[in-house]
Amino acid sequence: MSSPAQLETKAQVAEIGDKYKYGFVTDIEMDMAPKGLSEETVRFISAKKNEPEWMLEWRLAAFRRWLSMKEPKWARVHYPQIDFQDAYYYAAPKNNPLKQSLNEVDPKLLETYNKLGIPLNEQMALAGVAVDAVFDSVSVATTFKEKLNEAGVIFCPFSEAIRDHPDLVKKYLGTVVPVTDNYYATLNSAVFSDGTFVFVPKGVRCPMELSTYFRINASETGQFERTLIIADADSFVSYLEGCTAPKRDENQLHAAVVELVALDHAEIKYSTVQNWYPGDENGKGGIYNFVTKRGDCRGDHSKISWTQVETGSAITWKYPSCILRGDHSVGEFYSIAIANNYQQADTGTKMIHLGANTKSRIISKGISAGKAQNTYRGLVSIYGKAKNARNYTQCDSLLIGGNCGAHTVPYIESRNPTARIEHEATTSKIAEDQLFYCLQRGIPQDEAVSLIVNGFCKEVLQQLPMEFAVEAQKLVGISLEGSVG
Amino acid sequence: MLDIKNLHVTVGGKEILKGLTLSIQPGQVHAIMGPNGSGKSTLSFVLAGRSGYDVTEGSIIYNGEDLKAMATEDRAAKGVFLAMQYPVEIPGVTTMTFLKTALNSQRRKRGESDLDAIGVLKLVRAKAKELNVSEEMLKRALNVGFSGGEKKRLEILQMSIFEPKLAILDETDSGLDIDALRLVAEGVNALRSPERAMLVITHYQRLLDYIVPDRIHVLAKGRIVAEGGKELALELEAKGYEHIVGQAA
Ligand SMILES: Nc1ncnc2c1ncn2[C@@H]1O[C@H](COP(=O)(O)OP(=O)(O)OP(=O)(O)O)[C@@H](O)[C@H]1O
Ligand SMILES: [Mg+2]
Repeated sequence: MSSPAQLETKAQVAEIGDKYKYGFVTDIEMDMAPKGLSEETVRFISAKKNEPEWMLEWRLAAFRRWLSMKEPKWARVHYPQIDFQDAYYYAAPKNNPLKQSLNEVDPKLLETYNKLGIPLNEQMALAGVAVDAVFDSVSVATTFKEKLNEAGVIFCPFSEAIRDHPDLVKKYLGTVVPVTDNYYATLNSAVFSDGTFVFVPKGVRCPMELSTYFRINASETGQFERTLIIADADSFVSYLEGCTAPKRDENQLHAAVVELVALDHAEIKYSTVQNWYPGDENGKGGIYNFVTKRGDCRGDHSKISWTQVETGSAITWKYPSCILRGDHSVGEFYSIAIANNYQQADTGTKMIHLGANTKSRIISKGISAGKAQNTYRGLVSIYGKAKNARNYTQCDSLLIGGNCGAHTVPYIESRNPTARIEHEATTSKIAEDQLFYCLQRGIPQDEAVSLIVNGFCKEVLQQLPMEFAVEAQKLVGISLEGSVG
Repeated sequence: MLDIKNLHVTVGGKEILKGLTLSIQPGQVHAIMGPNGSGKSTLSFVLAGRSGYDVTEGSIIYNGEDLKAMATEDRAAKGVFLAMQYPVEIPGVTTMTFLKTALNSQRRKRGESDLDAIGVLKLVRAKAKELNVSEEMLKRALNVGFSGGEKKRLEILQMSIFEPKLAILDETDSGLDIDALRLVAEGVNALRSPERAMLVITHYQRLLDYIVPDRIHVLAKGRIVAEGGKELALELEAKGYEHIVGQAA
């Protein structure tokens, strides 16, 4: 049986008419940092958030480090030089301190969320989903806190965690993605504005699906969220993030950092449905999505599972990874990456096997249409102590039309002879006879493409939480509309 | 119901149908026989509206409408069904999902409301039972790993679910065992009705013992070269195509 929230989600998705239905702008007065990036900007952001001294120092150290770094160029993506001085690094809806109940939230914001199809209301409780919504740079409302409190689960905006749980933040922040990790992660460390913090205590199974929706609204604004999820021993949490942004002619930068820590026997399931504005049919506008996501299976028998559905962004540069440190730990990566028109996606994963008997599984489905380029880039690395490590990788590419490209770049390093690594790759096309068969049975072209592609992606879609699988399926269809001439 | 006049069709720059004329009244079942490569499947694809099959001359009128001008999926919604000689596999899409999507697409095009999941399930199960299509098959990906006979039975199952007005069966009997053949024939006969017409393409007289046609056409080199009642099939079986095609030439 479907819960009201599921029905609502389905109904909202059914209303999707336009190719990019999230392309509206909400007119809300914004509190902005001055344009450009300097120590002053960093101090401004930190001050706006009333941060303690240690946090400011952390940011400043990152900023100084960033000044000495160079943008990475190894990915198969092309874009004009980004002028980091020509963007805003902080934008918040004015007069918007954290709200205790939804009634206090600016109705215009709620309307935006409604348009986004986020069931940010009581019905969501029935589906057991708690929502943290990040609008541009700040967290607007966090729902269902109480129920989570009872279970001892901390689920709050990052800025709140810095204030209320400084010891946890200090203990874990930057331990999975070090400040110095890469250009964008370092930039994020300096200017991150908000994000989500989750802590699940020992032995607790988080009583509901946790969910964050990110939206970039203000123009010329970069978004730099920071997410930190810690699952203490024997705990479980499932977390879903959704992303949208309005249609704009200029490119906008999104450089998030996500860190996951799973201790002994803990499991984290992290799902993403990414639908940032991809730019128009001619490649104008769209989000540059440079994201660092990494999970650390720190404890024995721990498990981290990434599932991503990437349909948006002009450029996607993203490699959710697992460090399999604990013995018997398990890492999984399930990915659907769709690139249409002029989109460029360079995505994949890294599975770093450090502990003994560690296992990883990679299922990647890349779909290219129009003039898009889609690259799977993966690394499986088996260290000397990782005896009996196992990896299974399956990379399937589907091409629609003759002007797009699919590339598979798997790197495998093994320093332990007991390791077993399997890699399978296929490339296929939507065949004319498949389309004709569907049409003959009355299924219109776009729906036929959606059906065939969803079939192609099935193993990954099955990994998504039920409530969002339907939404993801529709997104897959919408992002490929008109791709077969 | 269907009126084809002087039909010329080009595929891949080559003329395959060269002035075919054929007409079927509602309630009738017609059979088309003919040597390999004579253009039988080509005719079925043109009627269904497959891209790449270009009509260069002639007309096809279906229930008073110009079929050529109609989109492929609209033809389906208006009752044109083609059981294909080589049914296509769609990995990852369960047979049930496919049937539901197709059924509701057709209904929507006709301005009818969607049948909900339970309604579809009931309908499909009832029809599947009649045709001995197992529940397990409905859960598997469409035609993936199905045996030749299973694929054909699934085509007939779709025909009985969609209840078309004009059903074209392209060698549905090929690859069927005797029991399956009888079952398929029963499925076809159950659909025979005064407002429905069928065009059955076959190589075997045997099928026509079960599905008795009102008329048989012999297609050779892109044209109808002989026509007759059901006794024509027996004559063909006895004497072969060469004899009849030769006579017509
Ligand atoms: N794309 C194409 N380009 C060129 N010739 C084609 C093409 N498709 C089909 N043909 C030719 O058209 C002719 C008719 O083919 P068709 O499949 O209609 O024959 P058929 O009567 O159905 O034969 P069979 O009894 O073997 O099923 C054949 O000679 C075939 O090779
Ligand atoms: Mg044929």
